[in-house]
Amino acid sequence: MHIDSLDPRVNRLKLPLEPNDTFLPAEEMDQWQTYEVFHQEARGNQHIHVGSVHAPNAEMALLYAKEQYARRFKCVNLWVVKTADVVKTEYDDSDMFEPATDKTYRESSGYKNTRKLIDKFKLVNQINTPNTSDDDLLDSPKSQISNPQIVTTNTGGETKKTGIVIGKKK
Amino acid sequence: MKLNTEAIKYLLYCIADDDLVIGHRNSEWIGFGPVLEEDIAFASMAQDCVGHSLSYYSILEQLGESNPDVIAFTRQAKDFKSCQFVEFPIGDYAFSLMRHFLYDIAKKVRINSLTTSSFDPLKELSVRISREHKYHSLHGLTWVKQLGNGSEESRLRMQSALNEALPMAFGLFEVHDYSEILAEDKIQPHENSLAEQWLEQVGNILEESNLKISDEIDMKTFLGGRKGFHTEYLQDLLDEMTVVFRSDPSASW
Repeated sequence: MHIDSLDPRVNRLKLPLEPNDTFLPAEEMDQWQTYEVFHQEARGNQHIHVGSVHAPNAEMALLYAKEQYARRFKCVNLWVVKTADVVKTEYDDSDMFEPATDKTYRESSGYKNTRKLIDKFKLVNQINTPNTSDDDLLDSPKSQISNPQIVTTNTGGETKKTGIVIGKKK
Repeated sequence: MKLNTEAIKYLLYCIADDDLVIGHRNSEWIGFGPVLEEDIAFASMAQDCVGHSLSYYSILEQLGESNPDVIAFTRQAKDFKSCQFVEFPIGDYAFSLMRHFLYDIAKKVRINSLTTSSFDPLKELSVRISREHKYHSLHGLTWVKQLGNGSEESRLRMQSALNEALPMAFGLFEVHDYSEILAEDKIQPHENSLAEQWLEQVGNILEESNLKISDEIDMKTFLGGRKGFHTEYLQDLLDEMTVVFRSDPSASW
């Protein structure tokens, strides 16, 4: 006996009447197999994993991926990959990702700082990068313009102002 | 050139009512779909159809008709210009899928022809709808091919759904008083010419799906919808669809 509900989604689960009763195990492939879905927001961007769908084959998986994952975000392209085809590491081996010594310098936050330094360098030296749009920079040059920073370099004991650039971006 | 406004209004009522009625019908599958993903996809397309009807009704409003809520929720069955095909109950999933396939290929043919309409508001709207509608026809034909080429049971069930649904579907292209004027004014091609394109496209997909169109199709039994003749199913559907609206017509959302 199952819980008989007015909500068909509840009925579909075939929940036992008594809370302590065990669930009926679902039949093999009861909901087909799963496919992992990768979503691309704009042409040229990387595809990002967004979830999975049940489907009998790849063609149907794409059909469902569109409705499940491309409805609420901008999307130009979808990939689906059969979950069974994904090769993975074992959680038992997770400790191999733990560094033995301090390697924070390798962490991605370090690269963010590098970008700031590059931007600062460009600003000081008035280097224009014609192929880079404002959106590509992590720190918007506009915010730097509204809050000008005096950039200094230390040249052997005396501190010297090297330059302030405001609104000179060509 | 002065376009015939009465003809345009009539055409808008036909295609908007089709979308509203089938959108409501297909929404009855919400929660009952065969698997979660299909449930969501089917419901989403049903919602799209209701949205499309709203867009057509909005053009009608600009042409001097009532506002879309009044048009959708206060008319009786006899005032609806939808074909009978869309009002039949959802049946089993094979019937609903087959109807969805036949309907959405028909809609694709009509929408594509309207993207060159001489009536600008309909032309612009059709360009927008045709993009979203691509998925609807893709969903329908993918399922038909899957099940037609699937197991013996799936093929037989799709074949019987086809035998049942195809005669009804001819109601989509029922010739009416304005068919010729609409074609002359280049608002949309004649219904017969659309039906011909539709049957060719449907036939090709059915052939790839191992499904057969019967040699003798009854194309006449289910006509009348465009003139306001409906089965009892339409009034039942409208009663259910309008129950909230009728409980307080002046309420705002």
